[in-house]
Amino acid sequence: MELVQILFWVFAAVLAASALAMILVKNPVHAALLLVLAFFTSAAIWLLIEAEFLAVVLILVYVGAVMVLFLFVVMMLDINVEELRARVTRYALLGGIVTGLVVFELVSVVWSRSLGIDVTVGATAQPAEYSNTAELGKVLYTEFVYPFELAAVLLLIAIVAAISLTMRKRPNLKQQDISAQVAVRREDRVRIVKVDAVKPDAPAPEEKAP
Amino acid sequence: MIPLNWLLLVSAVLFAISVAGMFINRKNLILLLMCVELLLLAVNFNFVAFSRYLGDINGQIFVFFVLTVAAAESAIGLAILVVLFRERRSINVEDLSTLKG
Repeated sequence: MELVQILFWVFAAVLAASALAMILVKNPVHAALLLVLAFFTSAAIWLLIEAEFLAVVLILVYVGAVMVLFLFVVMMLDINVEELRARVTRYALLGGIVTGLVVFELVSVVWSRSLGIDVTVGATAQPAEYSNTAELGKVLYTEFVYPFELAAVLLLIAIVAAISLTMRKRPNLKQQDISAQVAVRREDRVRIVKVDAVKPDAPAPEEKAP
Repeated sequence: MIPLNWLLLVSAVLFAISVAGMFINRKNLILLLMCVELLLLAVNFNFVAFSRYLGDINGQIFVFFVLTVAAAESAIGLAILVVLFRERRSINVEDLSTLKG
């Protein structure tokens, strides 16, 4: 067995163990950290099969952004874990049966060798000067440039949606209302009061000094 | 080198574990979202493996887009979760029975 294959099985074991622990632990914070471990080991396996760019993207995007967001939310919310874990075993049997079926079906498909490719041999290694990132970039910015722009728009929509969902008006907040300021008219602000001219009384005669 | 069916096996196991996680944690909305992330990771595994072994880079492009959509999905999902928690003080799926579904 080559070193790469041994590494693959080590990473695969860590991946399966962390995923299994993630769905079984009580504490959601621990679950999020175990999911981070699962993403790291997946990135390592992707490095082994020479998909370097996606491995780095997986760590940067998932571990760096999405999982940090998850951790923020989990720690911000005050969740009663015990209540959520009650009556778990009611569905464990059904879950086990479905899981076994999924594994059985997928594995039987994988081992039936009807895929048109020989699945039991490894891919040939890329030459040393091959750059996964450059190859992806060549395709992404030419053939897939329109979906790429659409993905950017999708992310923008997601930002706007997430912010507008979670923003709330604070009752005592003092802020400018720009449209009200612009729409103000002269009549609202200035009141012209007619005041009749009054001739002031003649000043009182000065008292003579005694 | 690593044969293709090993990778497909790992992906299948990962997929099955996340499906089991949805059954076990079916009341906790945060863990359901995490299980969706794990499920998408298993699918991405298949894309990367086939892309590598068929020598077709388009599969990896597709993983790129799946990652984008998954990031947007989890951001909006967590925003909905925060709003829900503010309203109900709970993230139990069984409390979401307003629509009588």
